[in-house]
Amino acid sequence: MNTSNVSKVVMLLALATSYVAIAAEGGVSDSDRIAQYREMISDGNPADFDEMAGEELWKKPGGPKNASLEKCDLGKGSGVVKGAYAEMPRYFKDTDRVQDLESRLMTCMNTLQGIPEEEIAAKPFSTEQKNSDISTLATYVVGQSKGIKMAVSVKHPKEKEAYEIGKRIFNYRAGPYDFSCSTCHATSGVRIRMQDLPNLNVAKDAQAAYTSWPAYRVSQGLTRSFEWRLNDCFRQQRFPEPKFASEATIALTMYSAVNANGAEYAGPGLKR
Amino acid sequence: MNAKLIFGMTITLSLATAMPVQADSKSPYLDAKTAAIIKRDFRDKGIAKADRVNQDELQVACSKYRDDMPDGTNDMPNRTKVNLEEKQLKSIKWPADGNFVGDWKAGEKLAQSGKGMTWSDKADEPAGGNCYNCHQLSSKEIAYGTIGPSLLNYAKKHGSREESERRAYGHIYNVKAYIACSNMPRFGSMGILSEAQIKDLVALLMDPESPVNK
Amino acid sequence: MGNPMKIRAAVKDGVTEVKILMQHEMETGLRKDADGNLVPACFITEVKAQHNGRTVLEAQFGQSVSKNPYLVFRFKGGVAGDKITISWVDNKGDTRSDETAISA
Repeated sequence: MNTSNVSKVVMLLALATSYVAIAAEGGVSDSDRIAQYREMISDGNPADFDEMAGEELWKKPGGPKNASLEKCDLGKGSGVVKGAYAEMPRYFKDTDRVQDLESRLMTCMNTLQGIPEEEIAAKPFSTEQKNSDISTLATYVVGQSKGIKMAVSVKHPKEKEAYEIGKRIFNYRAGPYDFSCSTCHATSGVRIRMQDLPNLNVAKDAQAAYTSWPAYRVSQGLTRSFEWRLNDCFRQQRFPEPKFASEATIALTMYSAVNANGAEYAGPGLKR
Repeated sequence: MNAKLIFGMTITLSLATAMPVQADSKSPYLDAKTAAIIKRDFRDKGIAKADRVNQDELQVACSKYRDDMPDGTNDMPNRTKVNLEEKQLKSIKWPADGNFVGDWKAGEKLAQSGKGMTWSDKADEPAGGNCYNCHQLSSKEIAYGTIGPSLLNYAKKHGSREESERRAYGHIYNVKAYIACSNMPRFGSMGILSEAQIKDLVALLMDPESPVNK
Repeated sequence: MGNPMKIRAAVKDGVTEVKILMQHEMETGLRKDADGNLVPACFITEVKAQHNGRTVLEAQFGQSVSKNPYLVFRFKGGVAGDKITISWVDNKGDTRSDETAISA
């Protein structure tokens, strides 16, 4: 009897407190509340597990050649992972083309481990049933650029060309709905339903968006790569599917990454 | 000599003030290369076939120019805009019975649905209107997008009843007849929604009993 | 045996804050897979935290807790170097235990 009275009192007090809290926060937007929530759970990003699993995959001998990826050159020299993602996509001399992280990982898995590229490209994204190796590896590599400033180069003519092509793909309207990337991502301060949309032509928005991918999606229980992000955007654009780590997705990544230059890389992120 | 000098100066200036690599922004070579890459790098998935990347005249023009930017950065030549809008207007099939208005309750359901035509949608599933993704409509729905204008109290804002109904029907059927490069899909002309469905959406906008007008 | 947890424990002004990230599917038993079959329930039922062998927290979990649960709690006491042990049991009897030392 006594106990139940006590708990009732506590309940009422709790309600009163939350009412005051809400009243005081009158000017706080939903986005700010989401930011507060992110801050609170920032030490609890399950992407950490994928970083750990990715590091294991990186170091473990595998493939027909039974070799590890420890000699993979991500642009800063053989085996250098630290800071590599903050400078990607970039031009690679050995393949004579611009590559994003996933494309480069595919090259390394192929040349060092002997895994056919088609086999890798057939399992590009993690699913509920099984994590994708290349996606998990990517989570490890990006984690090694945390806190490092984005500095993606457009000095090489092919890098500059990839950026220019990426910009054109960004504005390319097609499909039954006439959508392009720019339909949703070329205006500031707009949203779909309650989801705020970054204006990827503007440095501030592009930086916040790009540096938070790859990210663990709480609603999906999976860490999603940047290639996945682009893939799912095209789905919603009512486009056909972009081929994994193709020239089209690399160019679009280049456009997003260069626009994010100057910001500290902050991924892997945590999203709804 | 003078002309050359001025030309050189202009280039230097634009390089100094522009985004990292704006110099090639009007390059037919890169336009052609982009088109070839897009043709090669997209493939069929589910109902979304690879040929969806093929553009019609309007999509080509609206990938290059804008005419609906709220910040006034529109650069589409007026003649192009008028020409495109005239052609789009011709593709609107007006209701044979002269009636534009269906059932607002069916319209509200349609407006709520964001389904349709993605590679994860099924061919036999009818598409939704996707309206709330971008517009405020019913005063009761707070989860609305803001890419398009608010349509709250639509019936009171657009002239006489007959005019408003016709305007609403036309805009949903093919908005590009009015704004060549609008962000909104051409729901009728592209076969996304049927005539009856568009009438239900017109009812949502126009019916005095609809939550849009209450 | 379940997958490893990530545990962080730090003491400040005599209060120890423990942050635990668990790896677990947390299936409710109500969800259907792509073929329409029910996915069997699989979720953590109990979590226990010990400080140098003394239980400082016991929690009952259920289906409503998300995949890969994250739990933060504080307790009075604890000094740098003390051992924190976290263990969980799920409805299938699977269990996992990990430990860490409190940092300053």
